[in-house]
Order: sequence, then C-alpha cells, then structure tokens
Amino acid sequence: MTDREASLQAPQSQGTYAGREALVVFHDLLKRFPGMNRPALKGICGALYPGSVTGLVGPDGAGKSTLMRLLVGLLCPDAGSARVVGFDPASQADRIHPLTGYMPQKFGLYEDLSVMENLRLFADLRGLAGAARQKRFAELLRFTALEPFQSRLAGKLSGGMKQKLGLACALLGEPRILLLDEPSAGVDPISRRELWRMVQALLPGGMAVAWSTSYLDEAERCDAVIVLNEGAVIYDGAPADMLRSVQGKSWEISGIAPQRRRALLMGLLKEGQVKDAVLRGSSIRIVTQRKEQGGAQEAVLGTGPAARECAGRWHPAQPRFEDAFIDMLASMQEGGPVDAFALEGAIVEEKPDSGEAVIEAEALSKRFGDFTAVKNSSFQIRRGEIFGLLGPNGAGKSTIFKMMCGLLQPSSGTARVMGLELKRSSAKARMRIGYMAQKFSLYASLSVLQNLRFFSALYGLFGKIRQERIAMAAKLFGLEACLGMNAENLPPGFKQRLALACAVMHQPDVLFLDEPTSGVDPLTRREFWLHINAMVSKGVTVMVTTHFMDEAEYCDRIALIYRGETIAIGTPEALKEQAGGSGGRGLSLEEAFIALVEQSEARHEKNTMHEHEQVKENGP
Amino acid sequence: MKRLAALIRKESLQILRDPSSILIAFVLPLILLFIFGYGVNLDSNRIRVALVLESNTPDILSLATAFTNSRFFDTRVGQERRTFSHDLGKGAIRGIIVIPSDFSAKNAGSAEGAPLQVITDGSEPNIAAFLLNYAKGVIQVWLKHQGEDRGRAAEERIALESRFWYNEELKSRNFLIPGSIAVTMSLIGTLLTALVIAREWERGTMEALMATPVSIMEILLGKLIPYFLLGLGSMSVCWLVAALWFNVPFRGSFPALLIATAVFLLSALGQGLLISSYARNQFLASQIALMSGFLPAMMLSGFVFEIASMPAPVRGVSCVVAARYFVESLQTLFLAGNIWPVLLSALAAMLLISAALFALTAKKIVKRLDA
Repeated sequence: MTDREASLQAPQSQGTYAGREALVVFHDLLKRFPGMNRPALKGICGALYPGSVTGLVGPDGAGKSTLMRLLVGLLCPDAGSARVVGFDPASQADRIHPLTGYMPQKFGLYEDLSVMENLRLFADLRGLAGAARQKRFAELLRFTALEPFQSRLAGKLSGGMKQKLGLACALLGEPRILLLDEPSAGVDPISRRELWRMVQALLPGGMAVAWSTSYLDEAERCDAVIVLNEGAVIYDGAPADMLRSVQGKSWEISGIAPQRRRALLMGLLKEGQVKDAVLRGSSIRIVTQRKEQGGAQEAVLGTGPAARECAGRWHPAQPRFEDAFIDMLASMQEGGPVDAFALEGAIVEEKPDSGEAVIEAEALSKRFGDFTAVKNSSFQIRRGEIFGLLGPNGAGKSTIFKMMCGLLQPSSGTARVMGLELKRSSAKARMRIGYMAQKFSLYASLSVLQNLRFFSALYGLFGKIRQERIAMAAKLFGLEACLGMNAENLPPGFKQRLALACAVMHQPDVLFLDEPTSGVDPLTRREFWLHINAMVSKGVTVMVTTHFMDEAEYCDRIALIYRGETIAIGTPEALKEQAGGSGGRGLSLEEAFIALVEQSEARHEKNTMHEHEQVKENGP
Repeated sequence: MKRLAALIRKESLQILRDPSSILIAFVLPLILLFIFGYGVNLDSNRIRVALVLESNTPDILSLATAFTNSRFFDTRVGQERRTFSHDLGKGAIRGIIVIPSDFSAKNAGSAEGAPLQVITDGSEPNIAAFLLNYAKGVIQVWLKHQGEDRGRAAEERIALESRFWYNEELKSRNFLIPGSIAVTMSLIGTLLTALVIAREWERGTMEALMATPVSIMEILLGKLIPYFLLGLGSMSVCWLVAALWFNVPFRGSFPALLIATAVFLLSALGQGLLISSYARNQFLASQIALMSGFLPAMMLSGFVFEIASMPAPVRGVSCVVAARYFVESLQTLFLAGNIWPVLLSALAAMLLISAALFALTAKKIVKRLDA
C-alpha cells in the first residue's frame, strides 16, 4: 500500500507502480483540433502499468478517445510527449502497432464479413501465422464464446457479441497493451460484466489495459483511474483514494414512501449544505458540502420541511465513486448551476388529473421483414408519472418509443396518447406533446435564439405569448448569456438545456424523451432531472428511454425491454424484489436487470426445448 | 505481402456481398450506355422544313421533288413564305427554303446564277448548320442530274464529293458510344474508390486498420487492386454492349484497348483516392466524385462538345482531364484502329495525370487520423 501511494503521488515522474515499470507514460499532452474553441486535451500526464486496468473516465468530449488515439499514434500531439513501451507514438507508430491491441469505438469490425473472416483479416494484418494462429483462434473463440457463430456476419451479431469479437480482434498477435475505447457503450449489462471478466483474465499475463468509459460504476472497479473533464485531468490515482475525498460527506435516507420520493429529493436539494442528492429505490443518497463526522441533523440535512420529514431515518453511507466525481465537478464548475427550481413555479401550469391513463400501449408489435423488433408490448402511464423504457441498444425500446409518438406505424396493436392515436391525430393534438430526440436534434447552424424561435413557432406559439415564452425559457434555462451563439458551438450541457427548452416552451401535457442524457456529464444529468421533476410535480407525464441504470431510478415505473420483449414492468423497488425473490433487498437496479434477463432467458430456453420435444413427438 | 493479400481478399469479399459495388460497376455502365446510345443522337435525320414555291415552272417542281424526296428533310410545301413564319417561331419547323418565281429564268441562262433562299432557326445553330449543308447537297445533286438530262454535263462547275473517313455513315452513335464508355469509366473509377474508403472512415474500420502493423501503402494498394480489376470487368461489359448491341465497329487491337483502359483506370482510381483523403463521409465523397469526375468527363472530354471550339482557358482546363485522353484513345481504337502516335501521346498524358494524383495522395495520406 505504501509504495502504491508513493507511486500515486507522482506516477508519471517515477514510472513505477507497485514495483512494476510503466508500459506507457505520457507528459503534458496537448491536442487542439481546428475549429474548436478549447483544446481537446490540455497538459495531460499519466501512465499505464502492466497487470492493471486503468480507467479513463469522463463524459463525452472529455478527451478520452483523443488520449487513446495519441497513445496508439493515430493522432499527433501539439505539445508534450508519450512513450509506449519505450517508443514515441508520434514518430514510431510502426513499432508500437505490433505491441498494442486497440479497439476503437463501435468496435472497428467489418460488418459484412463473418466472425471468422474478421479474425483471419486481423490475424493476417498482425502477422499471426502457422500453428500459433490456429491455436490462438481456438483460444479466442472459446474465450469469447463465439465458437458457434464463426460463420455469422459481424453485422448480424448482438451488441455484446460484437464487443467480444472486437476484443478478440484486438487480442490477436499477443499485444502487451490493450486500449479499449468505450467498450461498454450501448451494450447490455450482462455483456458488460462478461467483458470485464475477460479483461481481468488477461491481467495476470502482464497486460496493461486502458478502458475508457462514461459509466462511473465501471470506474470504481478499475485498478487506477484517470478522470478527465473538458480535456483536463481532475484525478489520477486509485478509485479508493478518490473516495476518501468524500468520506464523511455521503449519507443515506432510507424508508421513503414511493409517492414522497421526488418531493423530498427536491426539498433536500434546496438546502444549502446538500451538494448532491439522488434517488436509489426507496432511499435518497446525499452528498454534503462539508465533512460532518457524526454531525447533527441540521448540519447534514438542514432545517427545511424536507429535513424534518427525514428525521431519524438518515445514516452515514459508504461513499461511491459517483459521489466523489460529482463533488469534484461541482466545486470546479464556473458560475454554479442554474436555478432549476424556478421552473417549478414559473413555466408549468397545473395539468388537471382525470384519473385516466395518459399514455397507453395495447399489445404493440413491430416487425421489420422477418425480424420482430417489438413483441406484444402493453402498458399504461398515468398523469404525472415518469415511465422509463430500459434496455440495451437494439432491445427495441426506441421502436416502442417511436410507435408511441406516432413516428412509426405499429404492425399490430394500438398506441394512444391522451386517448388519441398520434399517427392519425391532428396537428392540434400534437401541440400538447413535447418531444426531445436523441442527440438533441437542434439546428446546429442556427443561434440559440433562432432555435428557440423556430421551435416555438413549430409548436404554434405566436405573437406576444411567443415572445414571453422565449424570454422565460432563456431565463429559466440559463441561456441568456449565449443567445447569439450557434447551437453547434455550445458545450454539451448547454445543448441539452436548449433542447429541453425547445421541447417544453409550449407547456405540453406529455413529454417524450429519447435517451435525453447520453453523452452529458453527471452534473448536467442531475440538473436535467431537476427540471423534469419540477414539471412532473405539476402534472406533466413523461415517457423516457435510457440505458443508464441510475437514471432509471428517477422513474416511477420501468418497463425492462430485452430482445423486443417486455420482460418486466413495475416500480424500481418491485423489479428488484421480483429479481431476487423475497431476499432481493440490496440488489442494485443493474443486478436486478441482469437477474430478470437471465430468468427470461431460462424461460425462453425451456420453451424452445419444449417446442423441440413437441416437434420430435409430432414429427414423421 | 501477406497483409496486402489479406486486404485484397477482404475487399473482394466485401465487393461480392455488397450489391452497391456490383450495381455501380456493372449496372450503372449499362444504364449510361443505353441512355447515351439511344437518348443522345447528334444526327439530324429528317429535319422539318417548309418549302415555299413562288411559281410552278417544271424547273421549280423538279427541284421541289428533289427536296421532298431527300432523306434529310421532312417537307411541307406552300406558296407563300408568310404562312410558315409562325411555325418557324414556334419551332414546329426548323427552316424555310424559298424558291423564288425568277428561279427558272435565271437558272436557264443568267450569269449570276439562280437565287434560292434558306431561312434557318438560328437559336439552334447546330441544326441550322446541318440544314444549310443538307440543302446545299440536295441542290448540288439536283444540278448535276439536270445537267446530265440536258446533255451538258461538261458545263458542271465544281462537283463536291464528300467522303467521311472512319465513320462512313456519319453515325454519331459510332463516336458517342466510345466517348460515353470513357465517361462511364471515369465515374466508376472515381466514385467507387472514393465511396469505399469513405465507408471505412464512417464505420470506424479505418481506425482499426490503422492501429495494426499494416502500412498505409498496403491499405491503398489493397483498395486499388480489387477496384482496378473490377474496373477492367466493367470495361469488358461496356465493350460487349458497344460492339455487339450497338454494332460500333472496333478496328483497334485488344492489347491496345487493355493498355489504354489500364492507364486511364489508374488516373480515375487515383482521383478517387485523393478525394477520399479529404472527404470522410460517403455523401461528401460521392458529391465530390460526381463534380470532379463525372462532370468534367462529360463536358470537357470532347465527348459531346468539341474541344477545339472551346475558349482557350477552358481548353487549358480540359488538358488535365484524363477522360479527354481516354475519349480520344477509345474513339481512335474503335473507329480508326491502332494509330500509335495518337494513342501514345494520350497514354503519356494519362500517365502523367495519374502520377500527379498519386503523388498528391501519397503526400496527403499518412497513417494518422489528423492529417
């Protein structure tokens, strides 16, 4: 532990870690891209050690991919230097490539080649021949469990299988360094776990692994992390040491009734000393401004009504990586967050509750050719409810989502919003709906003000009301300072605010959010949910798709979508219980998801076996 | 070498599995050839004209018969010019031939010769010129026959006897088809390479390739060789259609055709490579390929528009369009034969252009993403 700490204080200058020589070191790396107002990387230092996984952690645009590309010689730094196994990537990339396995984002596979053809190609390119080659193929196919799928085209594999094939291709030729760029993005939790186990199995052989991710729970499992934000390192060291900075600041309030969760969360966030608060099932986790070892209730929760309601139910919590990350980001943020609570009072008039379902899906199915994207999905969403569609990429949640907002025609079944089928209903009915698409769908070359004007007109606002709403949106979402900037030049957090502003200016009854927070930092994500909570408290109904498990905690109810099937529906708590039976307490939503998927797989297998038997019995 | 073979094998598999490559290489040329072969026809057979006979002497009637029997004209006959001036304005007829009432008298013995007026539609200069020439031809033949009839052939002034070498029947299709093959081939060569490399960028596979020990030369050759062969295959299809379907004569030799095609493909593929080093998405790549490959090949290659009649600056630009030399080579090979002085200078020009394109590409492409 002592030499670990010593090396962590100055890992880049010593180049050793736990007695091991660093395989990769980099100093003061600076990289600018033309047309960007800030450098993608500014003065990055760090090292990768054999036998360990170093997490490159940060939101989209933090510089993770740029750093990996610099290390593998695909980009040339503007300043600073790097050594990869003693070679300079800027001038000796050809010496580095045989020693590194690199898996770019989207896995870098040829989708129109089969599994085996991809392996053969990369083996040839890496000069792997003869008996060693056959042996390695067999090993990797076993390792990745892709043996039965050798002749399947890579494009026809599931996200998890593509990820494994990408890893296998990167591992051909016995590299000493493995660079994985967002290997788990958009992949289901089960495959994420399997990949993690596979990478762990490589470590005893002395492989140095860099694993970039925007999932903070993955960061927690790494041996060391380099946390990046806006091109700068904000932490470099062991994750456990990062947690030390929030020791005594993390608390948990448990036993909260489902209907009070959101109100309490909002109430607590209004307290000055509460820096961060998130929902975790029937609990709320908070991070306080100062360390309050054994502190009094006022010091931890404050004195407001929310604090009084929580009296006696709070206790210190084990800090998590996310707490520490938020703590650091929040203290670094310039100007502080916008006043998300203003929205609560200002923008939304109370939506009346008729007691009926606002959004209703009835036996929805969608087939594309002979592929069934969605099978028989039914659910009802009440007024003022946040309903989440949760599942990995390609599971079918976007397809359900698009059928609900009338963008896609169901093959069978009906989708109704406020009693209307949107695909047939008038423009007037659509005015009562707000829609925020993936990637924010803003007009990049229009200014913030022009975007606001355009979308307000699109939703039928005009005249004085339109002027007022635009002014109000600009104020509430903190966009006043950047009204003249083009949307493409906004930082991701502001893009998201603008997209939300555009979707809610006309004060819709129903809000559709498609992957609203992918790619933004956790701080922006929290702010976003504050806005949503504020609107929901006034009776707006929200339907949201996500693959972030922690985000799903904000939902009142969740539908788990896997391979086109709705495998479970219920409150986050109910799903956890369903997953673990009666002893399911303490399961995280991710663990619950995995358990439920496994249960569904088991059922599926049983069914197909049953079918096989029937075929045998009835066969000729 | 093994790496290059692996890349070529990969590319071939992709070509076989991707219907769009096959479409561009084999179906697109067919469509283009049929459009050019049937749709574009520069011959003006049977131009619609009005014949105005101001008098009815046997002379005039006989000349009028010569006009109406001519295979170049589709005539309608009248007494007055005025009745047709409206049709000419509408474009219903392309010209008016007026045989004045004093034609017979002057034709019989006047020293200054007989007057005859040809009015043409100047807004269609090509057709106007054809019309005038065809009219002159008809009159010439008629005069000759008249002379023979009257037994004073000796009096004939000058007899113009035209022979069109290399394309005896003056079928415009015979030089349009070889030209359109050149246009098609430049589209295929440039578009295919630019697209397939942009596709690798888009799908992130280029990044994966570049992180392996493969050299940039191998990556480029791995693209060039398969598409070069595909281009040759596409050329064979074009040749078959030209020779067997359109019956364009082929007077050159196959080795010469192969050499010309190979050299031209180098320049087209080189252009595609250069485009792909700038444009990393398929949409942009295809736009640039069309603008810089197809359009100049169409406009500046001498395929439709005569280079000699272009203004000097445009003529200058056309010198760097490889398709120009390929059009010239193909027209020579199809219609004239192996005329080596023409072919060699065209080959040299195309080689020079390819060399320049490859030099630029080599300078631009390095094994990095930020070049």
